[in-house]
Amino acid sequence: MRPRIALVDYGAGNLRSVAKALERSELTPVVTADPKVVESADGVLLPGVGAFRDAVCSLTDAGLADAIRKVTDHGRPYLGICFGLQLLFEEGDEHGRTKGLGVLRGRVTRFPNEVSEAVGTGAAGGAGARMRPLRVPHIGWNEVRYAGSHPMIERLPERDVYYFVHSYRPEPTDVETVVGWADYGGRFAAAVAKDNVFAVQFHPEKSQAAGKRLLDAYRQWLEAC
Amino acid sequence: MPLFKRIIPCLDVDKGRVVKGVQYVDHVDAGDPVEVAKRYDAQEADEITFLDITASHEARGILLDIVARTAESVFMPLCVGGGIRSLQDIRDLLNAGADKVSIMTAAIKNPELVEQAAAKIGSANLVLAIDAKQVSAPGESPRWEVFTHGGRNSTGIDAVEWAARMAAAGAGEILLTSMDRDGTKQGYDLALLRAVADRVPIPVIASGGGGSAADLATALDDGPAGGHCQAALAASIFHFGETTVGRVKRALIERGIAVRPPSPGVE
Repeated sequence: MRPRIALVDYGAGNLRSVAKALERSELTPVVTADPKVVESADGVLLPGVGAFRDAVCSLTDAGLADAIRKVTDHGRPYLGICFGLQLLFEEGDEHGRTKGLGVLRGRVTRFPNEVSEAVGTGAAGGAGARMRPLRVPHIGWNEVRYAGSHPMIERLPERDVYYFVHSYRPEPTDVETVVGWADYGGRFAAAVAKDNVFAVQFHPEKSQAAGKRLLDAYRQWLEAC
Repeated sequence: MPLFKRIIPCLDVDKGRVVKGVQYVDHVDAGDPVEVAKRYDAQEADEITFLDITASHEARGILLDIVARTAESVFMPLCVGGGIRSLQDIRDLLNAGADKVSIMTAAIKNPELVEQAAAKIGSANLVLAIDAKQVSAPGESPRWEVFTHGGRNSTGIDAVEWAARMAAAGAGEILLTSMDRDGTKQGYDLALLRAVADRVPIPVIASGGGGSAADLATALDDGPAGGHCQAALAASIFHFGETTVGRVKRALIERGIAVRPPSPGVE
């Protein structure tokens, strides 16, 4: 039987693309706002839409924050996408400071509007740094390099290219929780993991073949545990 | 490897059908936007844009249905613009499955709409479209104004200033069309693209005039003669089967433009 995935519906937008992408990877999406369904599914997927503060409030109001915390603490494999990743951290900056679930240590902050870049090379080259502007939001396809050990990493290629659309990104305190790096004005955490939790800042449901590879890996992980 | 530059086919949609005479060789129903979107998905386009040109707002349900069916059929980003008047219109499109919405005339009539929408849905999904026409005389330093109604109505607003103001209000991206070049296939208005892209701290999508891979390469080029844009939108070169997204991308890579490489076997 195909694994049943609780697709958490906290009223913050459309889940059609994610549901279809799960079906494409031979998973059965169950769109739900019922904490019991979330806690008893084979896997839990929290998709990404909306601003941090609004989304946290919606989840809490629906009684879903506790259910998700139970899953991330000792439940079935959790896959977070975009906000589903950001929520895992202790605090988010979007529209004022808001507490997240604190499953992972660190904060979710906006990309800076400018970053320093190295100028010149070598000891004799007058090496230094100058500031250059960074366009925010980060929109488009970018490469993620996977590293570290996790059941998902074993099932993914060393690197793949995915679609991103976001202004905020996590700054994890514990670098060992970062299992995928991307580069936008410097490297940032594009995938994080800890035990039964795996979460990505990009959108596998919008990432064509690369997205399917990731959701296929998720199915294999579910089937292996 | 940093962020790749994007290639975006654009479809004009009228009452649920693709218009502007899309012609595909070996394709049965080229008029159905969902079918056309599937074709561009197979070619690994980086995004797709639907521009709804339906005159009547009462036909909105047809567009929402198209968006919903597309979101179920392709696994790529979908931007939808045209006829958006209110925050509710934006919400309806996002709920139907659009990833980004593009607003133009409504922002001119009610500039607060961009700020309100950015606060509610976030900047990342909010695109501001600008139709610009050069209004300076030859020899003067170039100046462009914002136009509406397919380039017929002048607003008197400076296009570069408008882009900067809307970026500050919360637009996440600028879709910048040169009305002088639109449909001509004579190349993008590079001076316009540069002027806006160098002014705003958000991504800019080049539109209007793209007639070849070389044109797209120049629009995306960050050098002094390039357009400095992060994405290029094109319609006619793809619709008439002259070329494919995959072929254009391979040509761009040869020219040193960092686009997402097509998978082996992709047209």
